[in-house]
Amino acid sequence: MNDRELRPVLEGRALCKNYGGLRAVVDVSFEVRAGEILGIVGPNGAGKTTLFDVITGLTPATSGDVLLGGVSIADASVHRRCALGLARTFQQPTIADSLTVLENLYLAASFRRNRREGGRAGDIAEAVRHLDFVGLTDRADTPAGPLGVFDKKRLMLATALATNPRVLLLDEPFGGLNPQEIDHVMRLIRTLRDGGLAVVVIEHVMRALTSLADRVLVMHHGAELFVGTPSEMLADPQVIEVYLGQRHGADLTQREPRA
Amino acid sequence: MNGAPRAVAGAEPVPAGRDAILEVRDLWSGYGDTMVVRGLDLRVPAGQTVVIIGPNGHGKTTLLRTISGLVKRRRGEVWLAGERVDGRSAEYLATLGMVHIPQGDLLFPDMTVEENLLMGAFLPRSWRKRHAALEHVYGLIPGLRERAGQRARTLSGGERRLVGLGRGLMREASILLIDEPSLGLAPVAIERVYAAIRDIHAQGTTILLVEENFTHIGDVADIVHVVEMGSIVRTGPLEELSRDQTVVQTYLGTL
Repeated sequence: MNDRELRPVLEGRALCKNYGGLRAVVDVSFEVRAGEILGIVGPNGAGKTTLFDVITGLTPATSGDVLLGGVSIADASVHRRCALGLARTFQQPTIADSLTVLENLYLAASFRRNRREGGRAGDIAEAVRHLDFVGLTDRADTPAGPLGVFDKKRLMLATALATNPRVLLLDEPFGGLNPQEIDHVMRLIRTLRDGGLAVVVIEHVMRALTSLADRVLVMHHGAELFVGTPSEMLADPQVIEVYLGQRHGADLTQREPRA
Repeated sequence: MNGAPRAVAGAEPVPAGRDAILEVRDLWSGYGDTMVVRGLDLRVPAGQTVVIIGPNGHGKTTLLRTISGLVKRRRGEVWLAGERVDGRSAEYLATLGMVHIPQGDLLFPDMTVEENLLMGAFLPRSWRKRHAALEHVYGLIPGLRERAGQRARTLSGGERRLVGLGRGLMREASILLIDEPSLGLAPVAIERVYAAIRDIHAQGTTILLVEENFTHIGDVADIVHVVEMGSIVRTGPLEELSRDQTVVQTYLGTL
């Protein structure tokens, strides 16, 4: 872990979210620092995506607080939170299908933190830099709709970066990708982390998550079940019981491809 | 790495297939001007689980959608239990016992989990057995019983996939087409889903399953086909393919 900044960039304090009688998020607290990757895992329906929705303001928390750079953003709108440096991606590719790849980046940049000087030429230069980073430069003028899953996921990552975030929330960035594509996206996330971004990743692809995350928060029935390093998580009997399963846990510990 | 020619199955003549429940001959299919399935041949023998592996965008999902009548084939033939069925409607194929569990969950959002499951038993002969089928599905798939009365729109992405899978298991299948059952599921849920697939296989159901990679198919695959660019480029038992360095590097990855 990088400790250039000791204070957490993003902090959740005793967050709760109820939908009627359903308690989707129950008293969850966490923190993540610049240059750190926090993994969030848990069974399907554990409340992971709802936690992202509460952090980003897509749905208001029932109680609890979210702090960005030490300041509460619990009452801020979604676009305000984005302008303050909070960006996310979604499980399903969420981009503007009717726009080109480049236009998607311009759209995202309009929600950017710290309005940038340099006018139109600067906009193009910055958009191209993000496309270069994710490897989509040659698709710049292609309509986004017909792109494949891998391209759409990379475009969604590029649009998140175009908002110039301090914190990046990634919801299943590896779902539906093949091993090489997973390796590619992992390299991108590591580069961003090394550049000082705070990253929170929800993911079920355990080989990727355990090699990326500095710490892991395991949720179960909306609440925190476990917090610790990936290797501690893989050895935790409760986590094996409700999330990893006996076989998968053993596979991961050995790190041997099963054939 | 050796320079042996890669095409194996595609070059073989398709056997007359007495025992094949499903047989696909020189199938071409796609969207608009783009052909995604390109001259694909495939046999699924009765009682076997056949797995198709391949990268994103190389035609796996379109193949299943064409077989089940959701996408119209451009050329080629599809035979189900000795009957030629290409060009027939998805509804007709359903009455022949073809069950397709798609990649997207396609649930009815305002129905409850249980109501969605019951929709899988819509054929009269399945409807009569729906209570037993529900118990069977609740036993096989983790977490569904607890969510029985909850509306589908309030479920998480992974839970919706589990309901979609359960719905496909609500009636007896002559062949079960399953599109990436592991996608978006927690490891323990994947384990349960594959255990369920093993059970269904053990009961004699014929299965055609599509996955992105080798990770989870170890115990279920009788035969594996690798699809690239819309046709089959490699075929063999998993043990054989997993000794092939090219295939392993592409579909197991190095982490």
